[in-house]
Amino acid sequence: MKALSIKNLRKTYKGGFEALKGIDLEVAEGDFFALLGPNGAGKSTTIGIISSLVNKTSGEVSVFGYDLDTQLVELKRQIGLVPQEFNFNQFETVRQIVVNQAGYYGVPREVAHERAEHYLKQLGLWDKRDAAARMLSGGMKRRLMIARALLHEPRLLILDEPTAGVDIELRRSMWDYLIEINKQGITIILTTHYLEEAETLCRNIAIIDQGAIVENTSVKRLLTTLNRETFVLDMSRNDEQRIEPQLEGFTMRQTDDHTIEVDVEKSQGLNKVFEQLSAQDIKVISMRNKANRLEELFVDLVERGRANKPAAGA
Amino acid sequence: MASSYSAIALKTIWIKECTRFLRIWVQTLVPPAITMTLYFIIFGSIVGERIGDMSGRPYMEFIVPGLIMMSVITNSYSNVASSFFSAKFQRNIEEMLVAPVSTPVIIAGYVGGGLARALIVAVIVTLVSFAFVENVSINHAGILVLTVILTSTLFSLAGLINAVYAKTFDDISIVPTFVLTPLTYLGGVFFSVSLLPGIWETVARFNPILYMVNAFRYGFLGVSDVDVGVALGVIIVFNLAFFATAYTLLQRGVGIRS
Repeated sequence: MKALSIKNLRKTYKGGFEALKGIDLEVAEGDFFALLGPNGAGKSTTIGIISSLVNKTSGEVSVFGYDLDTQLVELKRQIGLVPQEFNFNQFETVRQIVVNQAGYYGVPREVAHERAEHYLKQLGLWDKRDAAARMLSGGMKRRLMIARALLHEPRLLILDEPTAGVDIELRRSMWDYLIEINKQGITIILTTHYLEEAETLCRNIAIIDQGAIVENTSVKRLLTTLNRETFVLDMSRNDEQRIEPQLEGFTMRQTDDHTIEVDVEKSQGLNKVFEQLSAQDIKVISMRNKANRLEELFVDLVERGRANKPAAGA
Repeated sequence: MASSYSAIALKTIWIKECTRFLRIWVQTLVPPAITMTLYFIIFGSIVGERIGDMSGRPYMEFIVPGLIMMSVITNSYSNVASSFFSAKFQRNIEEMLVAPVSTPVIIAGYVGGGLARALIVAVIVTLVSFAFVENVSINHAGILVLTVILTSTLFSLAGLINAVYAKTFDDISIVPTFVLTPLTYLGGVFFSVSLLPGIWETVARFNPILYMVNAFRYGFLGVSDVDVGVALGVIIVFNLAFFATAYTLLQRGVGIRS
């Protein structure tokens, strides 16, 4: 069964801005799916329509077979939403926020209290259960929104930029938690700006730009289409002078006395780079990708998509 | 099953609303007690003694029902207006919008909160009146209770409609200042409309608050400037109209959905 099915979804806001231009999207049950796109691409509009916060202009949306237009109540029960911005009452306590949210879904109060304890403990918020939400740190607020979205035990969890502004350590612990609940059977859709996040967590991916889907495939398959990567090499030589290596067949840029960036085509391989450097008595101290691999693809796809479109007014 | 889900959702919104105004009781429950004490002292004791009787009752006794009703109106209105607007402003209204909570349940939850605050304030102001009036008698308890419930429901709905349209905090103070206060003062709280000369008495009868104050006064004192059946009819018609308006606005997502 499809966790999410979107057909020819369009949204035109008052004033005429066309945020979605007829997108089609399917997410399989149990998937960990990333929806990527630059700011203003239509990600949040899509999520807003699925979670019924935004009225669609036309098109069809169904979640686990429940239709947005005709089975809205059942559709809503399937979804847990973690929005991009903090949207809880800052004056309520952590426990009040999650218990009330469960109540809106018809979860009896005593059951809601039991679940609140379970999820707040899992997300490291139990000690703060009686603190007003405004007293929490940014990372805690993010985790509170995840706990709140899980209290009615949804089958589909949608996270809109869940780790924005969260430090690395906390981000990694949130990733672990999301992987864990995905293993337990919850389908997850996330939007993110951290492409490393999408590459680490997600199996499938859709890239949206200017209200249209420009790519929709598995992360693995997408990465195999990457033809060129840029590597940053830190070098050393006995004389400690500025190192200016010559690399035949490669495009190279010198960024400081001991560092170069080298573009390596998939067909070339790195051995030829090392061989040439070694022949010039240069050691490679360290090496890393200049950008996340997915990031390179993302930029490439978005740019290619825009280049293929006719210019406005043409 | 769906009705039990709705009952839990309704109870949740109601508890949330009551918790909110009880948490800030210094802002919500104390001011009406102080304001009404001042009204009783100034208009009742000091000025009232010189006025004498009104509609066959000592002036202090005459104004008690009107002052209670005035508190009920302002508190039910401001409770829902400020709570719903804050929920919109902080965007925590989305907590309800993403959940399977029906529009009537959202309306009933907020109105229930406004009603609870209005009833608590009514009891507080009644207790305050005991300090100034020797015999506070109740002539028609049923009409008294019905009027206070219908009136606070009506103004809770009005507060909700105001909050739906409001874009800033200023927008939720405009109606109380420029509409509610004048209508309340001219609605027979401090005087019998029969004292108004000719055309002005007729004009006063277009003021809906007049019917609420007089129906409530009838419940307390057994005297009214208008027919009580007509008064209750007017209040019910306004309730139905305001509920239909609030329902339509929320169902369409005015001010809360893009």
